[in-house]
Amino acid sequence: MPEESKVSAASAHTVSSYDEELQYLVRRISEMGGVAERMVEQSVHALVNSDHSLSQKVISDDLLVDEAERQIDEKAVLIIARRQPMASDLRDIIGSIRIAADLERIGDMAKNIAKRVIAVEGLGQPKKLVRGLEHLTELALNQLKDVLDAYSNRSPEAASIVRERDEEIDAIYTSLFRELLTYMMEDPRNITACTHLLFCAKNIERIGDHATNIAESIYYMTTGTQPDNERPKDDETASVSVSAK
Amino acid sequence: MNMMSEAAVEQAVNTKAGATVPVKMKARKVGVFYGDKQALFDVDLDVREKHVTALIGPSGCGKSTFLRCLNRMNDTIDGCRVTGDITMDSANIYDPSVDVVELRASVGMVFQKPNPFPKTIYENIVYGPKIHGLVSSKAEMDEVVETSLRKAGLFEEVKDRLQESGTGLSGGQQQRLCIARAIAVSPEVILMDEPCSALDPIATAKVEELIDELRENYTIVIVTHSMQQAARVSQRTAMFHLGNLVEEGATDHMFTNPDDQRTQDYITGRFG
Repeated sequence: MPEESKVSAASAHTVSSYDEELQYLVRRISEMGGVAERMVEQSVHALVNSDHSLSQKVISDDLLVDEAERQIDEKAVLIIARRQPMASDLRDIIGSIRIAADLERIGDMAKNIAKRVIAVEGLGQPKKLVRGLEHLTELALNQLKDVLDAYSNRSPEAASIVRERDEEIDAIYTSLFRELLTYMMEDPRNITACTHLLFCAKNIERIGDHATNIAESIYYMTTGTQPDNERPKDDETASVSVSAK
Repeated sequence: MNMMSEAAVEQAVNTKAGATVPVKMKARKVGVFYGDKQALFDVDLDVREKHVTALIGPSGCGKSTFLRCLNRMNDTIDGCRVTGDITMDSANIYDPSVDVVELRASVGMVFQKPNPFPKTIYENIVYGPKIHGLVSSKAEMDEVVETSLRKAGLFEEVKDRLQESGTGLSGGQQQRLCIARAIAVSPEVILMDEPCSALDPIATAKVEELIDELRENYTIVIVTHSMQQAARVSQRTAMFHLGNLVEEGATDHMFTNPDDQRTQDYITGRFG
């Protein structure tokens, strides 16, 4: 089945302008993915280094991502109206709309992290927490990078791997959540910074979820079927509590 | 396919067609020759009762040839030979004892170009029932005219001019008149060969709406070049290519995720 979709993506339509329109979507999604990826990376970098100008850049870059989503949506609607797409073409177009929406949300998450740079500044984040956050970011960025590669290569196998791996992010997030709670219990002066960091960690964990959504969209685009098994989850923060001793 | 036993073919076709729905017509290893040239190869297909089955495929793929096998229209072509079996309700329609005129009454046909008789609308409808001896009195004829035109969704539009010529109607009305004419002889199956290709979008929509209503009482097989039409009106779709049946399946599946690469290429506009 994956072979089939690769072949058809390569072979041309009788009407060549149709191919150009579909290619436009592919190109815009890849560009949009690149911007979103960079925003996530820079937002955490800005947070860790209290870099104001970098955080401002991330905030303004979000406009690019929003605009890209609008353009992709408009083009997709136009192609549907003009070509009445069928089968793999139709799945590609629907997939593009979904993926663009996920990337747009990822942009929002990065922007939200960037906005917290000022609030967290000068509160002296504990190094250990920062390292935990960086590690979480690294995992999320890997997921994002791999899922964008899976998109360019039209690979349902690569998409499935991304989907399976979200578990790791959830596990790290749960342990970071515990640590943040512990720090807050130890010294109430940590609460402001820790709360902001907690939101940042949650944002990053959500980015991982969006990467998983994108992986599912890619799987559907390329195979025509939904991934059937329930995705493994290891986010246990809903039941985490730390009791004061 | 040649390697499969008859039972295995039966099994395979039944499983795909969903064995719960009764099969109205059944084609097994159907081949068609025009002289020496073979136009259709070993087609195994079930036509499900009270379903719309769409036959799609590029020009010359054999879909119209197959359609014409279902009411033996190919018999009228010199040098045309049909092999294999086609049954309707388990009875072989190519059996020498079958009256072809009767067969064509129970398996009616509507063509690409509306072809009403150059007679009044009324005469167009009653002609078939009269020669088949289905009606004799004026009252019976009036009734068959009204019910047939009503079923074809045309009665309200033409009730005041039944004595006017059928050829004076618009293209879409003429096509619905032809459908009414086919219905008048109480068919069980209606074959349609690109019934909307000469019609504008509004007339096409009316015919499609009609097809959907007719499905309640009739089994319909439609040949169409419009993928969107096939997707809209049918429940089952069969894809032909170079005289072979490529795949047959639920329409919803065929147009979102076909199994065969040739179907995929055809419906997405990639054949070249």
